[in-house]
Amino acid sequence: MGQLASALVTMILGVMGCAAYFYGSNFLLDKIFPTKSGAAADVARNLRVANNIRPWLFLGPAVLLLTFYLFYPVIDSIRLSFYGRSGEDFVGLANYKWLFSSDEFYESFRNNMLWLIVVPTAATFFGLIIATMTDRIWWGNIAKSLIFMPMAISFVGASVIWKFIYDFRTGGEDQIGLLNALVVFFGGEPQTWLTIPIWNNFFLMVILIWIQTGFAMVILSAALRGIPDETIEAAVLDGANGFQIFYKIMVPQIWGTIAVVWTTITILVLKVFDIVLAMTNAQWGTQVLANQMFSWMFNGGGDFGRGAVIALVIMVLVIPIMVWNIRRANAEMEGR
Amino acid sequence: MADVKLTNVKKIYSNNVEVLKDINLDIKQGEFIVFVGPSGCGKSTLLRMISGLEDISAGTLEIDGVVVNDVPPALRGIAMVFQSYALYPHMTVYDNMAFSLQIAKVSKADIDQQVRKAADMLQLTPYLDRLPKALSGGQRQRVAIGRAIVRRPKVFLFDEPLSNLDAALRVATRMEIANLKDSMPDSTMIYVTHDQVEAMTLADRIVLLSGGDIEQVGSPLDLYEHPANVFVAKFIGSPAMNIVPCRIEQTGAQTLVSLSASASIQTPIVTESSEQAKPAFFGIRPEDLVVVSAEQESLFSGEVSFVESLGEATLLYVKIPGADDMVIAKQAGTLNIKRGDKVYLSAPAEKMHLFDEHEQSYLRKG
Amino acid sequence: MITSSKRTPLTFLVHATVLFLVIIWTIPTAGLFISSIRDKNQLSTSGWWTALSTSEQRLVARAHEPKKQVQEGDRFVIRGNLFEGSAGEVTKFGSSSLRPDEFDVGTVAELKKGETLQVMENGDYAFSSPVEWKGSRGDRIFYTAETPPRFTLENYREVLNAEGLGKSFINSLTVTIPATIIPILVAAFAAYALAWMRFPGRALLVAAVVGLLVVPLQMSLIPLLKTYNLIGEFFGVGSKTYVGIWLAHTGFGLPLAIYLLRNYIVGLPREIIESARVDGASDFDIFRKIVLPLSFPALASFAIFQFLWVWNDLLIAMVFLGNDADHMVLTGQLRELLGSRGGNWEILTASAFITIIIPLCVFFGLQRYLVRGLLAGSVK
Ligand SMILES: Nc1ncnc2c1ncn2[C@@H]1O[C@H](COP(=O)(O)OP(=O)(O)OP(=O)(O)O)[C@@H](O)[C@H]1O
Ligand SMILES: [Mg+2]
Repeated sequence: MGQLASALVTMILGVMGCAAYFYGSNFLLDKIFPTKSGAAADVARNLRVANNIRPWLFLGPAVLLLTFYLFYPVIDSIRLSFYGRSGEDFVGLANYKWLFSSDEFYESFRNNMLWLIVVPTAATFFGLIIATMTDRIWWGNIAKSLIFMPMAISFVGASVIWKFIYDFRTGGEDQIGLLNALVVFFGGEPQTWLTIPIWNNFFLMVILIWIQTGFAMVILSAALRGIPDETIEAAVLDGANGFQIFYKIMVPQIWGTIAVVWTTITILVLKVFDIVLAMTNAQWGTQVLANQMFSWMFNGGGDFGRGAVIALVIMVLVIPIMVWNIRRANAEMEGR
Repeated sequence: MADVKLTNVKKIYSNNVEVLKDINLDIKQGEFIVFVGPSGCGKSTLLRMISGLEDISAGTLEIDGVVVNDVPPALRGIAMVFQSYALYPHMTVYDNMAFSLQIAKVSKADIDQQVRKAADMLQLTPYLDRLPKALSGGQRQRVAIGRAIVRRPKVFLFDEPLSNLDAALRVATRMEIANLKDSMPDSTMIYVTHDQVEAMTLADRIVLLSGGDIEQVGSPLDLYEHPANVFVAKFIGSPAMNIVPCRIEQTGAQTLVSLSASASIQTPIVTESSEQAKPAFFGIRPEDLVVVSAEQESLFSGEVSFVESLGEATLLYVKIPGADDMVIAKQAGTLNIKRGDKVYLSAPAEKMHLFDEHEQSYLRKG
Repeated sequence: MITSSKRTPLTFLVHATVLFLVIIWTIPTAGLFISSIRDKNQLSTSGWWTALSTSEQRLVARAHEPKKQVQEGDRFVIRGNLFEGSAGEVTKFGSSSLRPDEFDVGTVAELKKGETLQVMENGDYAFSSPVEWKGSRGDRIFYTAETPPRFTLENYREVLNAEGLGKSFINSLTVTIPATIIPILVAAFAAYALAWMRFPGRALLVAAVVGLLVVPLQMSLIPLLKTYNLIGEFFGVGSKTYVGIWLAHTGFGLPLAIYLLRNYIVGLPREIIESARVDGASDFDIFRKIVLPLSFPALASFAIFQFLWVWNDLLIAMVFLGNDADHMVLTGQLRELLGSRGGNWEILTASAFITIIIPLCVFFGLQRYLVRGLLAGSVK
């Protein structure tokens, strides 16, 4: 009870503190430069001053937080990658040399590439298929909810769920893992799935696909609804069948959204490490970059330099997507 | 008290497009001014500059003799009614009307009194507790007007307030706006519209804009009877004035122009002798043309290529030899004229217009 | 939507495919839930999909210790019940582990030294011997029983009491709620400024937000951790505080929050905002009284996502809140269990279900806002 109460107080203080900033700063601004009364000329001047200051009151916290939590770390990681374990002695390119001569790096790089190709593609594909089909049936919304549900489950929770599915029992015991039970049912030999090299990566990817398909589906189905009915009706009149309508009329119209979904999942894949950590702890050749970096940074006292180098590799992999996104945003702003 | 004066006002958007070129306009207190002009000519931009929603790139804007270029909208003593009504969708009618007063920290009792008075005036009392989405288009527009009224502004600004309404409602609301003006004779109103009828019926003075310039300012009848140039002549009146290219044959108090090889017309318009033999444009409104039986007294003759019967009037499209555009004649009632018939058209001399080669009007005598 | 394809075999195919996919997508979670409420013995010997059928199990029980024997005539008898109250049906029994199904139920089995054992269908057993029973422990009885499905909340009770999960639950809430509200507040103000206020550098800021959208947050951890340590030392507090993790979640969530909310807010009708400006509202008034109420769907849908992310996060919690028992969040606790109790499925399944119950409630409770908010947001 005591813990609950103190948690409650902490939460209220935290949220109130944030709200108080916005109210307080704007209140102060209105007090210092009053605009509701006074001589017209003063009011006009005050208002102008206030209007020049206010955007920064609104943006202040966001700019500070973005700078501190994202922008500065990017810069600092670049610096750290040239320094040693503790981040104090300059070592030049040593960390880079180490990285490119480390077998583990090649393993995780290869695995990451597999993840990058398989997961976004599969999740987007399933999301699109499901979105299209659920839009046409009366229980579509129920189906969507159920398929979206894994989104609500943490990677660790999902790992428990899937560990349970991949579970293996030796000898003649009954298999309680669903996958092995199925294999046995069809007369096969039960396997320790998570230790089969290369393939175990795919068994891990399945988990992320299972989670992310719901996300792709929700966004794509919103986009599909935005397609003007007339274009589809016109295609029907032109004699197109269901599949032709799907890939010749509908898909091209939501191409932009598909790209956004694909990007979002790609970025997520680069950041994912929980699944690997919880399922295999990177054993049996399932290492990925994010997890490798994590273990270099935090295990055995940590090696900041090597961790930073791996972080930079992840960053470099993301750059094309970043550039593409900024281009898109700029084009959008010019359009308005 | 609430004069609005624009001096050399310009608007240049960031992409260096000069949307308004050099606007000079003097609006007196209590006047009902209507801005008309083709789409994209800058009417809304001009109105929004007066309201303060758009910066003024150059020149000065005075309200009540005070330069207000840098005064924010709320302090200019204006109220604006938007084409899309711009009601706050999450507030009731009452709250919509009370919003500006609440912002200004007016006491609750005063707010209540003013809102109810305005609601009464606009027959909105039964709807005060409704949300905008539960109102018809006409009711929404009245709420928007009510919201302007409660602020007791010096200047009302309307940007095409009726264009989202159907024809019948538009007529009714137009009359309401006219009544509103009568009940507030001291308020200045500036009104933007596409609709000529609105302009003609509501305005004390019309400001006709085109391509960022003022073409002509004047009372509705002034613009109708004395258009300053071909653009104004064609813009005011429906169907538009017939403009036929011609040549000045004889200058003086009674200018003689020749339309094509054959016909020539004597007009009561004064021209200087320097204009001799210059190309010009002869103008005559469709409603001023009458069908006559004899060729001798006619201005034009030609073959009818099209007849439109509107019931109360008939429009004849007549192909005149030597002119590219067809001449339109508007005759009262229904006529027994068919396509292909030859007709003779005449007009009273005092209704004729003559424009020089630069499309500017020559002055008419008397 | 496609009228022509109605009432064709295609429709049937669509129904069947969706049903198939829905089943595949639901089975893992369903399995987890069913397992978590099964008896732990059954859980470890049979798959969860058999939960509803009676299971045949080979079991061992120990008879009562000799001091409970009673003398009946010239024999000493120990009586008891194998199931001790719960239901079940014995089919076979035996007295040695080599031949556990030696005797049919009901028969009186002759054992060594004139001892007999009889086990009835309902589990009643009687050991009888011509001489007095000795020793402190009872003999073992092997039997084959058909136990009906048994569901229990025992696993949950055990987990919540013993494994510190209750505490982590509160920790998770303490992290999640402010870490959901604060970024929304900060992002909404920023999004409004970027959408409707005029100031120099606006376009640059928008581009920066989009650019930061893709920075992998692992990259931030080392520099941030160092700074946190410095700040912690400076103020004489530990570097792992709730405020620290709220701000971290806020910082990492901001780019997406600003991006989504700005897209939505910029789409609000311009005339409404101008009308408020003419009415004398300052930007702060406009934001509070007009923009905030009108953007509710977008705020709600982002809130759902942010809640799910924060609740489900492991990385940031591990780094900024640490792994000590006092501050452990649910995901951390679960991972701990996964490592230390990897074989105890009753613990794992129950804990996993506890961690996902809140997000599932949030999701099902608020999902109708999800689509509405996203519709105007990321789909443009
Ligand atoms: N923000 C802007 N940036 C650049 N050009 C603009 C901008 N806003 C308007 N314009 C241009 O200014 C011109 C005048 O626009 P305005 O809206 O005033 O026209 P209007 O007379 O009100 O037309 P309508 O009758 O269609 O409402 C148009 O050509 C338009 O393209
Ligand atoms: Mg306009």
